[in-house]
Amino acid sequence: MRHGKYPFIIGFLAVPVTLYVTFVVAAYVQTFQLAFTDWSGLGPISYVGFDNFVELWNDELFWRSVQHNLFLLLALPIITIAIALVFAFLLNVGGGHRGGTTKGVWGSKVYRIIFFFPQLLALAIVAVIFGRVYSPDDSGLINGLLPAGWDPILFLADKQLAMLCILAVLVWQSVGFYVVLFSAGMGSVPTEIYEAAALDGANRVTLFFRITIPLLWSTIQVAWVYLGIAAFDVFALVNIMSVERGGPDGATSVLSLMIYRNAFEFSQAGYASALGVSLFILTLAFAALTLRVTRRDAVEL
Amino acid sequence: MTDVFTKPELDRRTLLRRAAAVGLLATPAVGMLSACVGGGEEKTQDQAEGAKSDTNPLGVDPKAPLEIIIFNGGLGTKYATDVDIPSYNKLFPESKVAFSETTEIGKVVQPRINAGTPPDMVNNAGAGLMDMAAIVKAGQAQDLTDMFNAPSVDIAGKTVKDTLVPGAYEQGLFDGKPMVLNYAFTVYGLWYNAALFKKNNWTLPKTWAEFTTLLDQIKAKGITPFAYAGANAAYYQYLAILTSAAKIGGAEVLKAIDENADGAWTAEPVKQAAAAWAEIGAKYSDKKFSGLRHTEVQLQQNQDRVAFYPCGSWLENEQAKDTPAGFEYAVIPMPSITGADKLPQTAIYAAAGEMYYVSSKGKNPRGGMEFLRHMLSKEAAAGFTKLTKVLTVVQGAADGLTVSPGLSSGNELVKAAGKDYFGYRWPELYKKLDTECQAATNELMFNGGTADKFCDRMQKAASAI
Repeated sequence: MRHGKYPFIIGFLAVPVTLYVTFVVAAYVQTFQLAFTDWSGLGPISYVGFDNFVELWNDELFWRSVQHNLFLLLALPIITIAIALVFAFLLNVGGGHRGGTTKGVWGSKVYRIIFFFPQLLALAIVAVIFGRVYSPDDSGLINGLLPAGWDPILFLADKQLAMLCILAVLVWQSVGFYVVLFSAGMGSVPTEIYEAAALDGANRVTLFFRITIPLLWSTIQVAWVYLGIAAFDVFALVNIMSVERGGPDGATSVLSLMIYRNAFEFSQAGYASALGVSLFILTLAFAALTLRVTRRDAVEL
Repeated sequence: MTDVFTKPELDRRTLLRRAAAVGLLATPAVGMLSACVGGGEEKTQDQAEGAKSDTNPLGVDPKAPLEIIIFNGGLGTKYATDVDIPSYNKLFPESKVAFSETTEIGKVVQPRINAGTPPDMVNNAGAGLMDMAAIVKAGQAQDLTDMFNAPSVDIAGKTVKDTLVPGAYEQGLFDGKPMVLNYAFTVYGLWYNAALFKKNNWTLPKTWAEFTTLLDQIKAKGITPFAYAGANAAYYQYLAILTSAAKIGGAEVLKAIDENADGAWTAEPVKQAAAAWAEIGAKYSDKKFSGLRHTEVQLQQNQDRVAFYPCGSWLENEQAKDTPAGFEYAVIPMPSITGADKLPQTAIYAAAGEMYYVSSKGKNPRGGMEFLRHMLSKEAAAGFTKLTKVLTVVQGAADGLTVSPGLSSGNELVKAAGKDYFGYRWPELYKKLDTECQAATNELMFNGGTADKFCDRMQKAASAI
């Protein structure tokens, strides 16, 4: 029945491809076009060549935002993956080998739900909640717990701490998803391998580094790309949580927020598009680099 | 103007991203720009027109529907639905007025402008307002000259323009033409709880020395003497600094900043004002306020934990729900910094704000202008003040109204100031400079900044425009 193959495939692809072209590809093309204009967001459009990119190059806030994005790009995946791996290991294998099966630590089913829970909350809600947690006076959850007489910690209003505070929320929110992802990966590792290693006298640490990580490598690689993309788009958290929107004094500014503010608040849609183009290039570069650097020979099971 | 409340942008993109996981192309921020492209091509709609008459000086088609959109913030929308629309419909009962409200004007109206079907009358206000200069430049705003020159609805023998307080008309000029109506007349000063002050026998300060002495007394009571919300409303404070600067050096100081004159920000009065306020920030406030939002600080004032708060006259209405019984809002002008200030101690920052414009490319621009004419009637203006506790630009419309202590206090301030009131427009003209000034102000007040640093930083940013 070869003759029916193409209509079948086209039938499946038509709707998603049309949607993708309309709402993603066309939008990108238009953004590239707008990046070379001085369009305000309203009214006439005129082309200005590379002016937007020259302005970008000289924009100090742009470079600081890039730095913040790069910081998140490194810190978010490393911390999240490290924590998620340890948790997943403890939940699945950490309980040791008993009666022919490997088990997680005691109560691992409950922990699994607890870890996953933040994932169920909308990011905007998480941001609002943590805004209260970090509140710089005694109404804040953390500052309220400090002994009386201590100076409150400013958290989001402190230039040094603000970015770390946002990073902490991002990690808190993402870890659960990757615990589940890695758990699934570990579930597909045959228990015989663990058993054999345990018989050879490997302790938990050795199991983790010598068995679990190599066998999970492709899952970790995917996690890294996802988290990297999340690090490029921390718009919701920064927009809602940070003081002065990206402050104090630009200390939490990121590219996505800059795009939003330039497009919709400063009436510089052309400039915002140029920012968008640079974010696009950065993301592509990151994805290409990640896939190349983490390429290893997959371990066949 | 009345609401700096920043509505959180919900992140539905996260969901899409996870679901799609097509992964590599998921930098969604880039795509969102194009949601509003499509401007450029000119669409001319049929615009309604009727016969002109004495009661219909703008030639409104009495049957044509009218669409208005109101920002729902500190002022609410009741004044439009309960006062202005009935007033319009009294004259044009056959015209159906379609009313809608939003907290994000830009997000609702901008796509409609680009689609060529804007609402007829737009209340461009709130944190998500559109850049008015850009709208005018794009030819989307109706020239309101005819409306201002038309006779007032209920003040006999006067044109609409004649009924306004001085400066209100000028505030809406773009290249010499009135393109926007600034309707609310907002008075700025230092707000306090009159009941608390009476209880403690604190006398209201006129000079800076009296001010700091009083702040010392307040501090001794364990109350934070002065605070503003650094997290999202630092502009209340830079307004205070620039008000002091104008009192020292005259309104020309602000004019120079509006015109972006060379050295406007490094002028001596600005420096003196910044230095005086920096000391207040360092000695009489607390760093923690740099991380609090305006609602939180205003609540603390309602709880008598903060004494003075710099703000505009919408404050009382905004806090109406949280103000405990016995709390009496009152306002004083900024104390004079030097003994040789150019303007008297009673001088205040007071300005027409809250923008209303008519779409030139809408279906019924004449109806839109007529609606503004009704808003500017004495009756509608009084109704607005009753409902919102905010004065309007219609002269004397609030006289004899006893609505609330804060409104009366603000009204007294205006009377005492006489001709000595002033304002500026630079934050709406150069929006990026506004962002810069909020950061610079927080640095000055809370993070060990100095007047020189503040002025140099602002001058540098202003020169880069």
